[in-house]
Amino acid sequence: MPAPIIRELVDSIRETLQTLGAYALFAGRVARETPRALWRFHLVVEQVHNSGAHSLVITMLSGLFVGMVLGLQGFDLLERFGSEESLGTAAALGLLKELGPVITALLFAGRAGTALASELGLMRATDQLAAMEMMAVDPVRRVVMPRFLGGVLSMPLLAAIFSMIGIFGAQLVGVQLMRVDSGQFWSKMRSAVEFGDVMEGVVKSCVFGVACSLIAVYEGYHSVPTAEGVGRATTRTVVISSVVVLLLDYMLTAAML
Amino acid sequence: MRQTRTIELGTGLFVLLGFSALFFLVTQITNREFGLGDGGYQLLAAFEQVGGLKAGAPVSMSGVTIGRVEGIEYDFDEYKARVKMRIDSRFDRIPDDSDAGIFTAGLLGGQYIGIGPGGSETFLAEGDQMQFTQSAIVLENLISKFLFSKAADQQADPPAEESTP
Repeated sequence: MPAPIIRELVDSIRETLQTLGAYALFAGRVARETPRALWRFHLVVEQVHNSGAHSLVITMLSGLFVGMVLGLQGFDLLERFGSEESLGTAAALGLLKELGPVITALLFAGRAGTALASELGLMRATDQLAAMEMMAVDPVRRVVMPRFLGGVLSMPLLAAIFSMIGIFGAQLVGVQLMRVDSGQFWSKMRSAVEFGDVMEGVVKSCVFGVACSLIAVYEGYHSVPTAEGVGRATTRTVVISSVVVLLLDYMLTAAML
Repeated sequence: MRQTRTIELGTGLFVLLGFSALFFLVTQITNREFGLGDGGYQLLAAFEQVGGLKAGAPVSMSGVTIGRVEGIEYDFDEYKARVKMRIDSRFDRIPDDSDAGIFTAGLLGGQYIGIGPGGSETFLAEGDQMQFTQSAIVLENLISKFLFSKAADQQADPPAEESTP
């Protein structure tokens, strides 16, 4: 009997489309509210502190180790071609254009996105959002918007910090450990890396910041108001964010190359 | 109130760090000037051709790095490239008739300046210009020279024998 299978398929397709539509409508709402939310800046600052400053340590630590691994692997690879002085170029371009924005976005989804989703989900589960509506306070305006904007503003800064620390990590391994010439490391890097490469990373991290923050606040805001629902919202946040970030990364890279 | 202040301080620190990282990436990693420290002394040398030499490249004697290229500019009085080098002050006994050449490290490696010591009793000091320089070898010139000499050889002796000494 193929009929139930087909019905299930149709149902799941409709559900997916529905989720996509709800996301789009929510994104439109958030975009409309953005100018007004920026006006109440102290709430945004608080959220920059929550999602940005609190993600600083994990970002810096990861950046250092990613840079150091890049230094080791890059040295091993380039040594086979006898051009290990290009290590600086390879590490800087890899970090600025690709690894910095992407890994920071994944860390951001794991560290800040889950916090946002579970916080909003718990507010939903404990009827705090409903209480706000009763008091004629728009929860999107008061609770969701500052969290969204805080995430959007933090992401590019975190990615820049990640890339900078990563380059120092690569320099640490390449120059101090592997004895690549320090002058050639920096001079080759600086002659090869252009302003546009830095900007590519900044554009990517801004887009990832919008995507991750939107997914986190959407999942939290629309979570099922139970303990299980909050748990599922945080899981969905990480899964959807990671997939979307990697998907967007390919598209952005193809568009900007 | 106190907590608000802590949050603002933390946020301010984070934003400052983020923007200084961005600033670092834009100014230091891309091709702009950056300081190599003020220690040491400066030497000048004029080259016909610097090839792919870049600021920051090493200056070496017998393979030992003794300084860095500080800057390269074009000198319209001599119609040559003027290379500024900063030499570590430990290496202060370079004879003033030493010669400077531009060499390549490996087949694909970066270019550097090699200094061969002369025999003079007086030494180079801050701001001195090196007298003898040897330009970078441009590979295209070398190949074309080789090809032309080959062609000239073949025209010189028409018998198609390969046994030329």
